[in-house]
Amino acid sequence: MVTRLPNVDVVLVGFGWTGAIMAEKLTDAGLEVLAIERGPWRDTPTHFPTTFAQDELRYYWRHGMFQEASQETLTFRNNRTQTALPMRRWGSFLPGNGVGGSGVHWNGQTFRFLPSDFVARSHNEERYGPLPEDMTVQDYGVTYEELEPHFDYFEKICGISGQAGNVNGEIVPGGNPFEGFRSDHYPNPPLEMTFSQHRFEESARNLGLNPFPGPAANLSRAYTNPLGMQLAPCTYCGFCEKYGCGNYSKSSPQTTIIPALMRRPNFALRTNAEVLTIEKTADGERASGVTYVDAQGQVFFQPADMVILCAYQLQNTRLMLLSGIGEPYDPQSGEGLVGKNYCYQVMSSADVFFEEEYTNEFVGAGALGMVVDDYNGDNFDHTGLGYIGGGYIACWTTNARPIESHPVPEGVPEWGSAWKKAVRENFLKSTSVGVHGASMAHRSNYLDLDPTYTDRWGRPLLRMTYDFTLNDRRMTEHLTPFAEEIARGMGGREVKVNNRRGSYDSMPYQTTHNTGGTIMGSDPASSVANRYCQSWDLPNLFLTGANLFPQNAGYNPTGTVAALAYWSADAIVNQYLRAEGPLVQP
Amino acid sequence: MPKGVSRRSALKMLFMTTTALALPQAIWGRDYGRGGGVPWEPGLGDLPYYGTRDERFLTAPELTTVRAIAARFIPSDDDGPGATEADVATFIDRQLAGFFGRAQHWYMRGPFQEGLATQGYQSEHTPAQLYRNALADLEEYCQQTHGDSFSNLTESQQDEVLTGIEEEEITFSTVSAKTFFDLILENTIEGFFADPIYGGNRDMVGWRYVGFPGTRYDYRDFVGHNGARIELPPVSLMGGPAWTAEN
Repeated sequence: MVTRLPNVDVVLVGFGWTGAIMAEKLTDAGLEVLAIERGPWRDTPTHFPTTFAQDELRYYWRHGMFQEASQETLTFRNNRTQTALPMRRWGSFLPGNGVGGSGVHWNGQTFRFLPSDFVARSHNEERYGPLPEDMTVQDYGVTYEELEPHFDYFEKICGISGQAGNVNGEIVPGGNPFEGFRSDHYPNPPLEMTFSQHRFEESARNLGLNPFPGPAANLSRAYTNPLGMQLAPCTYCGFCEKYGCGNYSKSSPQTTIIPALMRRPNFALRTNAEVLTIEKTADGERASGVTYVDAQGQVFFQPADMVILCAYQLQNTRLMLLSGIGEPYDPQSGEGLVGKNYCYQVMSSADVFFEEEYTNEFVGAGALGMVVDDYNGDNFDHTGLGYIGGGYIACWTTNARPIESHPVPEGVPEWGSAWKKAVRENFLKSTSVGVHGASMAHRSNYLDLDPTYTDRWGRPLLRMTYDFTLNDRRMTEHLTPFAEEIARGMGGREVKVNNRRGSYDSMPYQTTHNTGGTIMGSDPASSVANRYCQSWDLPNLFLTGANLFPQNAGYNPTGTVAALAYWSADAIVNQYLRAEGPLVQP
Repeated sequence: MPKGVSRRSALKMLFMTTTALALPQAIWGRDYGRGGGVPWEPGLGDLPYYGTRDERFLTAPELTTVRAIAARFIPSDDDGPGATEADVATFIDRQLAGFFGRAQHWYMRGPFQEGLATQGYQSEHTPAQLYRNALADLEEYCQQTHGDSFSNLTESQQDEVLTGIEEEEITFSTVSAKTFFDLILENTIEGFFADPIYGGNRDMVGWRYVGFPGTRYDYRDFVGHNGARIELPPVSLMGGPAWTAEN
């Protein structure tokens, strides 16, 4: 039996970063907002205080911070000739669960995509000619200039520690000279760099590159954000990514938005409630609300005037497919849109091992790093290279958590006395230079519903069909040697290059930067959502998340995910509420 | 949907009335907000407890074999302590007795079929079942080939067996020997380096060996180390050794 509940103005599906952003902006505009979150309530003093937050086994290896695969996972295969099998436990990426979502366990590396990233097709075709037919790269339909105020606001909500490189068109020394203009400086100065970053910076400068401090959602000093939330200086404990911060030093929905929201009478949060489908009105013209199941297994219909998808990229895409909104993508015909343009990130690295010096990487923070952007996006001439896009190259000192991080030089066996000795010799004396590569859309990479495997409610799992593309392979082969060159200039004893070759492997952790599936654009024939992230099919359904990205840039996605959510919230408040129809006429 | 301020206010009124109904939680699920502020109540905390008590799964002979395997992965030698001093076998035993051993958080619905290298764990067995089957298969193999249990073989014989499994030259009759190898190697490294509350890394020997200062959370005084060694005794979630009385 389905219990029908009283109507609300807005129902949010999921309560992580974009849920908190939407709730804050829409309650501020006077709307009554209800967030429905699948996981539990979580907060700093109760769930990850400094007295037990630094538990490597529990939070990473036993997935204490993440969605349980037993509740919902996805199936995976590299290509359509294979049978997709379930990811029985997480590996390559780690979706979040509970209040705050993945925004609790992120590192805090908070970039803006480049202006050219938002017009990836038109920009690259104008400069280099037509893209290959199977590269389904598209423009976002929204420009960097339009998103700029929203990037700026998110950076102030988070209190990002960084060094501006371009303030209103003026290049600022020490920042990223390639970045799009910013209307203001970062609210806080960069984090204090350690030995590894100093060596990286020196080596990069010697090579004529332009190193700058990574923009960090780890606080370099005490800070009060525009909502009055107070954050504390980062203590460099080295437990950011995969962990909650016990010290109020990492920007998360909990530390920057939720406490303000919880004081508002027109906001409510319902936890341990999993949305099963987005429902439509009888005429199929609008969303009528959502059906969800609670922890006791009871099913409810929550009617709402507006539905906003705020879950993780994988769940947002799956919910659209399960709810029959839009046409599922078919890779053979190229028809259909939901599930199209799944993209990821192409990571590679060069480890540096020092002889005398100690890198002491346990003194670290999630976004403590120096970065060069000389090989990102279209910051360099791609003529004759056979690929588009790029990636940043960085030396982050995020941690030395010993189960996860015990690098050994080339040729060391994987167990036994020789391995053990190599671990001891190098544990405190190594660092890494990473390439954070873009992932361009390709016709053959997509998401759909699995024909065989189901979740605990009997609904099909999402199926991922993904492999690195020719563009990805050419890019990583071209860029990894630049990382190696920087690494070799850092004064270590030896360097070990970790190339990204062969097929995508769903098991070794790479990054939780899954994108695409419900892409945005300027035309209903080629996108699921319009430039305001509003569904083309149901005008009172809005989407948030990296599922909107037509392809992924060479940066961490959270800054752009947040800017898009603020941009969309602004359109809802200032346009949609005045005339509740499509904001863009098809 | 409210079109103007007055309609929006009217809806707010309705909303306030709705909340005043105070329906039982069993029907509503857990509700927060509505002006109530950030919730806090006694007992809401989420302290570590899985695998922190003396739970057991392995039989005595199985435990002996696990201890012997872990000792080859991380040997005790001239360079320092190994899995034996860290008591990795106790760690593994507790893990197998708990939610990890039961694959409680893993997706374990069928159908099961052999996967590709890029598809990860595809065994129909939970970790605990996999250990039980694999350890029996290993015993059978060692008896047949060497006429003795794994733990009674010489170190070089043991390494030979483990290498054979790793390189997929030795296979088991009931489960994938390589899947078992990968899992027990992963669990051994976990047991050497996890917080001592989980039974391994006893007296923080794993951390001391590599120089990891443990679960500290404030290194602000050391950020400017500039390549010099930082000498700090390790601390566990239980505290430092000096915090508890010697027994």
